[in-house]
Order: sequence, then C-alpha cells, then structure tokens
Amino acid sequence: MAARDFFRQTASRPLMNSRGFWAAIHVDPILLVLLLSLISLGLFVLYSGADRDIGMVKAQGVRIGLALVVMLVFAQLDPAVYRRWAPWLYGVGVIALISVLLVGIGAKGAQRWLAIPGLPRFQPSELMKLVVPITAAWYLSRHFLPPRLRHVGIALLIVFLPMGLIVKQPDLGTALLVGVAGLFVVFFAGISWRIVGAFFAAVSVSAPLMWFFVMHDYQKQRVLTLLDPESDPLGAGWNIIQSKTAIGSGGWSGKGWLQGTQSHLAFLPESHTDFIVAVLAEEFGFVGMMVLLGLYLMIILRCLYIAVYAQDSFSRLVAGALTMTFFIYVFVNVGMVSGLLPIVGVPLPLVSYGGTSIVTLMAAFGILMSIHTHRRMITA
Amino acid sequence: MPWGEFKDTAAERRLFQRRTLVVLFFLLVMVGLLVGRLYQLQVVEHETFSTLSDKNRVQVQSVAPTRGLIYDRNGILIAENRPVFSVTVVPERVDDLDQTLDHLSRLLNVSDEDLTRFHRRLEEPRRPFQAIPLRYDLTEKEIARLAVHRYELPGVEVNAELVRYYPYGKMTSHVLGYVGRINRNELQHIDPVNYAGTNYIGKSGIERFYEDFLHGKVGYQNVETNARGRTLRVLESQNPESGHDIRLYLDMRLQKLAFDLLRGRRGAVVAIEPKTGGILALASVPGFDANQFVTGIGIDDYRALKDSPDKPLFNRALRGQYPPGSTIKPMLGIAALDSGATTRDRKIFDPGYFQLKEGGRRYRDWKRWGHGWVNLKDAITQSCDVYFYDVAIRMGVDVMSDYLGRFGFGSDTSLDVSGALPGLLPSREWKRAVRNAPWYPGDSVNMGIGQGFNLATPLQLATATAVIANRGHWKQPRLLKDVVDGDGVPSPLPEETRKDIKLKDPSEWEFVISGMEDVMQGAHGTARRAGSNASYTMAGKTGTAQVFSLDKDEEYDADEIRERLRDHALFVGFAPVEDPKIAVAVIVENGGSGSGTAAPLARQLFDAWILGFPDQDAGTLASVDGEQKSGEGTQ
Repeated sequence: MAARDFFRQTASRPLMNSRGFWAAIHVDPILLVLLLSLISLGLFVLYSGADRDIGMVKAQGVRIGLALVVMLVFAQLDPAVYRRWAPWLYGVGVIALISVLLVGIGAKGAQRWLAIPGLPRFQPSELMKLVVPITAAWYLSRHFLPPRLRHVGIALLIVFLPMGLIVKQPDLGTALLVGVAGLFVVFFAGISWRIVGAFFAAVSVSAPLMWFFVMHDYQKQRVLTLLDPESDPLGAGWNIIQSKTAIGSGGWSGKGWLQGTQSHLAFLPESHTDFIVAVLAEEFGFVGMMVLLGLYLMIILRCLYIAVYAQDSFSRLVAGALTMTFFIYVFVNVGMVSGLLPIVGVPLPLVSYGGTSIVTLMAAFGILMSIHTHRRMITA
Repeated sequence: MPWGEFKDTAAERRLFQRRTLVVLFFLLVMVGLLVGRLYQLQVVEHETFSTLSDKNRVQVQSVAPTRGLIYDRNGILIAENRPVFSVTVVPERVDDLDQTLDHLSRLLNVSDEDLTRFHRRLEEPRRPFQAIPLRYDLTEKEIARLAVHRYELPGVEVNAELVRYYPYGKMTSHVLGYVGRINRNELQHIDPVNYAGTNYIGKSGIERFYEDFLHGKVGYQNVETNARGRTLRVLESQNPESGHDIRLYLDMRLQKLAFDLLRGRRGAVVAIEPKTGGILALASVPGFDANQFVTGIGIDDYRALKDSPDKPLFNRALRGQYPPGSTIKPMLGIAALDSGATTRDRKIFDPGYFQLKEGGRRYRDWKRWGHGWVNLKDAITQSCDVYFYDVAIRMGVDVMSDYLGRFGFGSDTSLDVSGALPGLLPSREWKRAVRNAPWYPGDSVNMGIGQGFNLATPLQLATATAVIANRGHWKQPRLLKDVVDGDGVPSPLPEETRKDIKLKDPSEWEFVISGMEDVMQGAHGTARRAGSNASYTMAGKTGTAQVFSLDKDEEYDADEIRERLRDHALFVGFAPVEDPKIAVAVIVENGGSGSGTAAPLARQLFDAWILGFPDQDAGTLASVDGEQKSGEGTQ
C-alpha cells in the first residue's frame, strides 16, 4: 500500500482524500518503513559493537520506542504551530544556552547539560538543532524569497548566536550541526550565488585565522592527527588508525556478524557509539556499507521529496534544512571514522548508542511527517 | 510587507526546486566521496588493513623445547625435567609495582633475597612484556592463595615451567654440570630466536658441552590477544622439537661406590673403560647439590659452598692438578725402553740415594737403605726412585717430555668433558719461557719420579693408564655413549685426534705391564696387600705426592693442619691385565701413602666392576635413590 501511494504521488499531484489511515495518524508510511529498517540494522550492529551486551540493546530499544512516540507527537502538530512558536522557543533556547555556560554541568571539560529541579536534565544545544532552522525559516518566510541582504544578515545572526554559545561549551560537533541546519535554511531560501560564493571565500580565508585564534589545542590536535595519524599511533592517532584498520580489514563482504576482531578484542574505541560504523564496515564489509548508505540515501531522497512538495515556503525551508542536517550527520560521522575528516563527536544518526540525538532526530522526522500530512485542500 | 502584496508562491517553489537540485547534486558528490573512500579502504587497501588487523590481535609466542634427558649407561635417569610453579610479574601490566610486590609478600613467603633478585632482573635488559619471576617452587597452598587474590593483582601470573632436576644431585654435579638462568653475558652469544622461550642454559659440564644438542628447537604459537594483551586463544602452533636424550658411559653404581669410598675425605676417582675411552665414573668429593644452582642459589648458601675449606665446588677430577709422583713411572719406563735409555735387563745398584756427581746433592730414595740391585721391572714393582733418577738423566728432559706428551700429559685429551685442565708437562722451552731459567739436570731427576714441575689431573692419569692398558692404543676419554632413539642423528661427539703410541718393540708394553702387575700381586709389590686374594689379574702403580717439603713447619701441630699437610695418596691401575675392562686413577688428598689409602680403594672399584656390584640389580639403586628424590621433591 505504501508503495502504491508512492507511485501515485510521483505520477501526479497528491490527492488529499485518498490517504486513509496513514494520513489520519499523520505518518508517512514510506519514511516510517525506511526508518524502521535502518533502526533494526542499527540494533544488530549495536549488539556486536557493544560486545553482545543485550542489556545495552534493550536500553537502546526503549530509547527508540520513546523516540518513535516523540515522532508521532511531533507529526500530529500542524506546521503552522511550529511557525507560531518558533521565536518563543528560540528565545527560551538561547537563555538555556547562556544558563548552561553559567551553571551547566558536564564532563570532560565541557559544560553541556542543564539540570533544572523537577525536570530531567537535558542538553539545550540538542534542542537548538531543531529550533534554529525552524526560527530561521520562520523569519525568512515572512518576506519575499529570495531574501534581501538585510534579511539574510538577520537570519545569519539568528543562526550564529546559538552556534557561538554552543562552541563556547565547547561542543564543536553540535555547533557544527546547528550551524549547518541554519545555513541550509538560508541557502534554500534562495540567497544569491554571489553571497554563497562570498561565504565560502570568507570561510577559506578565515580558516587560518580560526586555527590561530579560535581553535582549542585539542581541536588543532585532531586536525593534525587526521593528517598524520602515525605521528602518535598509541595516543591521538590510535582511534583513527584502529577504525581505518577495522574498516579496511572488512574487505568486500566483511568478517561476519559478531566476528569483528577489531571491535570484539577492544582495539576499536567507542565501538558502540561514535565509531559504530567501523563495526558494521568490519563485519559486513563494503557490501554492508553500501546497504547502510543506500538506506540513508533513500531516507534523504524521501525527505527531499516531502520538502519539494511541501505547501508553503516555511515548510519547504524547514524540511529541506532538517533533511540536509541529517545528511551532514551521516557524512561527518562516516567521514571521520573513515579518516576523511577530523574526529568530532558526531554519532551515526539512529544507529549509535545514546539517547538525546535519537530523540531529536526522530522529532525532526516527526516534523517532516507533519509537513507531509497536514495539507490544506487548496494548493496554493 | 513591501509592495506587490502577493507572494509569488509559484516562483518561490521553483526557486526551492532549483536549490534542491543543486543540493542533491552536491549530496550525491559527497556520498560518492564516502563510497570512494570506503572502496579505497575496503577493496583497494584491504590487504594492508587485513594484515594490520591480524598484527593487532595475533601475537607470536615462543614455546620452549623440552630439554633432552641424560641417562647413565644402564638407563638410569640422571638429569630430568620437572614442573616448577613460579610466580611472575609483568611490570608493564602492573600499575603500582611496589604495592603489588608488597601485596605478594603478604600472600606468599617472599624473602628479601627474592626481592633483591627480582629488582636486579628488572634492571637487566629484557624483552618488553616479558614476565620476571619473583619466587620459584610455589607450594599448592600458595598457588591457591594467589588464585583467590588474582583479581587484585593484574600482571601477576603463576607459571608452570619445566626445570632441570638432578636426582643424584651431589653425585653427578661434577660430571653433568648444571643449567642455570641465562645471564647477561650469555644473552649476547645465544641465538635469540631459538632461545626466545628458554630461560635456562647449560653452565658447566655435559650440560654446557652438549647445550645445542640438549636444548632442542623452539616452537611457536600464534595467540589471539585483546587490546589489553590478554591471551584469548591459540590460533595455530608449531610444536617445539625437544632436545635429544643422551646416554653417558657413566655407571651410576660405580659412581656411587666411588663416592661412598671417598666419603669423609677429599679426593677424586676417575674410571675409564679402556676399549671405548668411556668414562665410567668421575667423582670429585665432596660434591655439591647442583639443584641448588638451577633456580638460583641463595647468597648465604653459595658463600658456604665457596668458603668451605673442603672446596666442594672445585672439580678435583678435572681441574685438580697434582704432582703425579710415582704413578708416572710406568709411562717413563716405556719411554726409557723405547728411547734406548735402558734395557729390560740393565741393572743398577741403589744405595738409598742418587748423586749427579760424586759428593753432590743426594737425591733420596723413599726406602732409606735402598733397594740394592734392581732392573726396570723391579724398579716399577718396588717403586725404586734411584733407578728412575738414573734413567731420567739418561733420557734427558726432551725425551721425557716427548713421551709423556704422547700419553696425554700437558694437554686436555678429553673429547666432551667440559672444563678439564691440561696439567703441566715441563720442558726446556717451558722453563725458559715461564721461569726464565735453564733446565738443570736436577730438574730431570725430580721429573723422573713425577715430582718437581710435573702436574697432572686425575683424568689425565686415568687416561694415560688406559693407554697403557690398551698397549698404546688411544681412545680419548669421553662421556657421551650414544643418543637415545637417535637414529640418523649424527653424534655430536668430536673427532678423535690422538695417534696411537707405536713402540719399536711392542712387547715392551707387556714388560712394563708385568711390572705393574707385580705391584699388585708380586711378592715385593708396593700394593700387594691391596691386590691380594683376587680371582682376576690386575696391574697398578702407587704414588705419593708431597704437599710440603719435609723440612718445613714442624711447629704446626694442630690436628687439622697436620692432616692437611700430609701427602696426597695416588694410585693408577687397570684390570684385568689380559683384557682390560677398567682403568682408574684415584687420588686422596692428604691420604698418606698411595699403597695404604688409594690402592685398596681402587681394588674395591675393580672388584665391583669385574665381579659385580654387591646389589647386582641396577633397579635397586634407582629405587633407593628414587625415594630420596621424591622426598626432596616435596620439601
């Protein structure tokens, strides 16, 4: 039934009245099936990556269940609700980020968590992954598109303020994703190519300046390590050397499920969190990686389809930005584990063990489903 | 809203679609990048990373070969291997070494000496992650206690190791030598691959001489280890090749008898089978327990051995260089006959002394009033000094030196006896070089009765006696009989190099031997008491070696000192005369006279060897000493 829907929709304009059950519960069945496939694959890999710790798999299952509920809830809300609430949520988010810097708690030298009495402790930066693109989309869609330079400036300000606060924590990975989400909104809004070009020029010029004035030593170290892991094979270079070894030794079809020596003999660090993709690559090989990347690509294509056929600019911008953020997640994680990018703490979306990011991601898919299923009869 | 209130929604949609196409393009490029990267790692460079991954987890461990066993000629095990449990520490895996050692000291009985030795080994160069032994020979209780506390002690392991054990420790120490820990010096000379798993190496004796043969070939096993270095499983292995088991000519019954006969004395016995050159017994008394040295002897124990006035560590049979005294007379007799210095019938008159020239120094005979008219045979039988003074002058140093050299004096003629000394065979050149003095006729006179500069080891005396027993045929002394189950294994025994002694008239052998026979069984023989009532024939020669010249230190009258100033008693001989089965050299330090002390001792060895041992069954010895062995094992 889902497949039939898909073809019908691609063949012509979607027909509002023929969606039946799925439309009623505001779920896109195609996206749901793809997500569930990815999540199931992820749980299998996690069982291996966690060295057969079934307890960890169960905990992750519970988290995924919770995330699915969050997705359903977010899907029920009309996109107009998000638009209306965007500036308020943004305000709360920025205040929370400032509070984190002042009274936050954390570990390993970074303050990321906020513990408000009576509430479970949470990570405001995680929330901002959603709030920033929505707010930028809200702002830009109030005006004609393509936006004027002034509006672009204000939109960038909306993006960079929380991003800067998150960098301060410091949490480079999340800041990067928040920034990327916001910038994709600006890009999708149709800013002129000259601005895009100028932006990239500015980035390449400021990169050396960043190196000398902004980046922490440990961040510089990560870049250096990427360039020459063998300089410190047992220290900074260990992670990248071991993960490349894990991926490379997998070969075409891998060593087989639970047979990965790099992960099971503890050579591979963080084999159930950030480096879980190396476990998959080692045990299922190049073929397995193609399946994984294929699943991600299908999810992204489905989401872009939703974005393209969204009814208004706000929805399009939000859907496009969230989709691309999701892709950047995948790209950065696989890129860093395979030694293309420096090590930044970005988990493999929907597969890595850990709670917060899964809930945020599924909330984003909930918003996408909401956009796809809340349609007004009159197509404008 | 600015002018033109209507948002151009269609245009905005088209704009978004264009942007989406652009994004899609870049997205596919980036996915392509990832796919390319994965292809590079997983397909193109797969081999490299596969190797890296294996190198990570697979480690090669060497497996020490089992050291070859040593048997005596009757198959009695005299050097074996037994498992010893020791506690070892891998310093690389220990967080706080001092704390761990402290903890171990509370669990086990760790002496200060163990700790000192441990710290010394810690300083020595070693392979990384190599375990350093802290204490050996753990009891089962201690092993159990360690097992209970193991979780608190990372890097601490209990190892079972096969360690050399000598069931007849004291009796065989001077023959077999012993193995011990490889030291820094040896580490530089051994093959690091073949000794990768071995901790012990032959330090002396047979253990050292046949080290390569006994050691065997190292084996390997590839083990899978995790990132923390713990071994998980064995992937594949190549078994080590055990060292070869060898059998010696040594007869433990004879060896034991020699020890029993010398009990309470200091001395040495060497017995050789003339036909083969095989060493039947090689006793140096007192001995020491070689087992003490295997795992490392304590400082106090070592000092006790080293400082003992009886010198138990000193191998008298191989390294004790004594003046041969009259035992050298048969060899000189052969020399005198063959060189023409005398004949069988030539007689001289012995008045009790010898003078080089009228009115010169008198060289005394041991028999103050002299032997009267004597020929060579009488001179051997009665050990007449004056006769040999005379022939010594007639031969001169060069002839004597030449003939004695052919009997093996002045060189180590043994094939596989490690550490044997060459003694001293004086010659004109030697005296010029070492003493920076010319050879005086008086030196020849002294040399004629085996005094003066001459020095010989018991092994050399036994060897020369065996050459006489063989009528000049050389069989160089050796310990190795054969390799047990060694079909096709080339014998590691070195080639023989000595040439037979060919006399102008070979019957001279029988003449001299008949003189030696009369020593034992003739009416005037010096050892006739020792040789009486024998059912077989035997030949011999007694000897007495002066420790101090007689005109010295009469004031010392403490018993101990006096005992140590007495002459050394010597005896050489073989039996039976017609078909020699055994040739012996016996020396009893400060034993008094050769005829009174050394000869009766040799007679008992002859009796046992030719007539049979009191408890004929070789198994009896094995079982008796087997009990002793197991008793020591559980201590």
